[in-house]
Amino acid sequence: MSPAELFSLPFMQRALLAALFTGLAAPAVGTYLVQRRLALMGDGIGHVAVTGVAIGLLTGWSPTWTAVLVAVVGAIAIELIRERGHTNGDVALALLFYGGLAGGVLVTGIGGQSAARLQQYLFGSITTISSGDVVVTMVLAALVIGVCVGLAPQLFAVAQDPEFARVAGLRVRFYNLLVAVLAAVSVTVAMRTVGLLLVSALMVVPVATSQQLARSFRTTLGAAMVLGAVASVGGLVIAAFASYEVNAAPGPTIVLLALAMFAVTWPIGVWLRRRSRLQAPFDDDPPGHDEADHDHGPHTHDHGPACGHPAVQHDDHVDYVHDGHRHAPHGSHYDEH
Amino acid sequence: MSLTDPPPVELRDGAVAIGGRPVLRGIDLTVTTGEFVALLGANGSGKSTLVRALTGLRPLTRGELRLFGTPFDEFRTWHRIGFVPQRTGAASGVPASVREVVTSGRLTRRRLLRPLRAADRLAIDEAIELVGLTDRATDGVSTLSGGQQQRVLIARALAGDPELFFLDEPTAGVDLHHQQVLADALAALKARGSTVVLVAHELGPIEPLVDRAVVMRDGRIDYDGRLADHVDPTGHHHAAHRRVHDHVPHVAAPLEHLHSSREPRA
Repeated sequence: MSPAELFSLPFMQRALLAALFTGLAAPAVGTYLVQRRLALMGDGIGHVAVTGVAIGLLTGWSPTWTAVLVAVVGAIAIELIRERGHTNGDVALALLFYGGLAGGVLVTGIGGQSAARLQQYLFGSITTISSGDVVVTMVLAALVIGVCVGLAPQLFAVAQDPEFARVAGLRVRFYNLLVAVLAAVSVTVAMRTVGLLLVSALMVVPVATSQQLARSFRTTLGAAMVLGAVASVGGLVIAAFASYEVNAAPGPTIVLLALAMFAVTWPIGVWLRRRSRLQAPFDDDPPGHDEADHDHGPHTHDHGPACGHPAVQHDDHVDYVHDGHRHAPHGSHYDEH
Repeated sequence: MSLTDPPPVELRDGAVAIGGRPVLRGIDLTVTTGEFVALLGANGSGKSTLVRALTGLRPLTRGELRLFGTPFDEFRTWHRIGFVPQRTGAASGVPASVREVVTSGRLTRRRLLRPLRAADRLAIDEAIELVGLTDRATDGVSTLSGGQQQRVLIARALAGDPELFFLDEPTAGVDLHHQQVLADALAALKARGSTVVLVAHELGPIEPLVDRAVVMRDGRIDYDGRLADHVDPTGHHHAAHRRVHDHVPHVAAPLEHLHSSREPRA
């Protein structure tokens, strides 16, 4: 089968659409989770959502919708526990995570479903997605993206400094719960693409990659969404071509591609940070002896009696008035006097 | 101050308890328009808790708080207040530029889902300029020094054009040179006619700006008046307690107690 034939297959087109929307939505929420240092919250919600999928399989309702429901309830519970519990919040979260995973596996067994059916949701099965599921994925992903971008000023302020946000009159708890619900929705959206156990990677890894190079929040958010989309569409395409030779699952391929992108940008980020540290001016020189580091371009000449800058006698040497301050020749540079 | 111009801050018989333990008791504090008030006191005296109570971050267990004449529960004109918390909140898990952090201070005057207007941009630029960080505006906040981060937080509060500022230890951990830079920024606020309530452990270069000092001790107001009457001329700005005091009840052996009570007679 040629590549053109592969991309003309309806199941492949559906998979590409789902991958694109998932790849854009998951890092958008992930940015706010990373900002609040809750990078693993997506993972926790994913575990809780396993129970939701199992309930769907048991009752015959759509596993997507039961997963959304249970994940939202779980996310709100996580957020409330986090807000109340000051010291052992992460322990309470762990209880919820493992409860969700164990509950899911148990309920699936009771329902008489095979582990293979659950595995579709644990590790993703984007190529078996139905057209109904694609529409649901697109609508939910568009909702997540719309809220994350539209309410960016409020969500940024609340995540950056909750106390300031409260004194600025923002309803901090409402926005925190909103982020939790959005995270739950994007977990279930990404469930079909990369699977519940790998969903957090798609939320966090593109953000980690983009913040290697970005200096502002806006750039981080935008770049993370682009990187997420590239990783999930690219991973799907790579897996599709690799499947001529081996049995490559799209979910893990997407996650590994995202990690590869991080591995490439990380050294660049290290180098950029090192360079900016080296360029940062020192201002702890003794007073009256500041090395010239101010910003008026390099000297095109040596100061001297004929350079045109007014010469001023200063104790035992001569200073040259230069752009409103005085330069004193000192070896290869000029001191500020 | 006329009757039509209610005081920015009015707290009557305020009390705050944290975990059932009283931290503030019997606080009466009225701050009039344009006043520069410094809350002083030792660690644990309740000065930061008082500012947190005045901003609503700590609920009052007793008493009545009015901001600009409005009972706190009905207070909605948040754009009149600028809050500068302690510096810890400046950096987070994702990079944010100085400009973005300052922009979040403008939220009190922005509507949902609307882009920044020209007036918003102007206020943000002015706030960054007032604290002298215009050349660092696009840099990440986490790359700045401690004193610069503190100035970013002041600029964030400034961006909303508030009338009343609460600052929680703006000079803590900032060297003398940068304290002077902060003091200059605060002097500019004062010159605009802003009301300022500032928590400080040491006043340093801020001292000439202070109209009134409120010294806290053990959750109560110990002194309220002009600074010059209170601070001793040696320039030591800690709350000058005349008697030794500790939060731990004095524990002494009975014999020691006996000895000290006999001492005057000896």
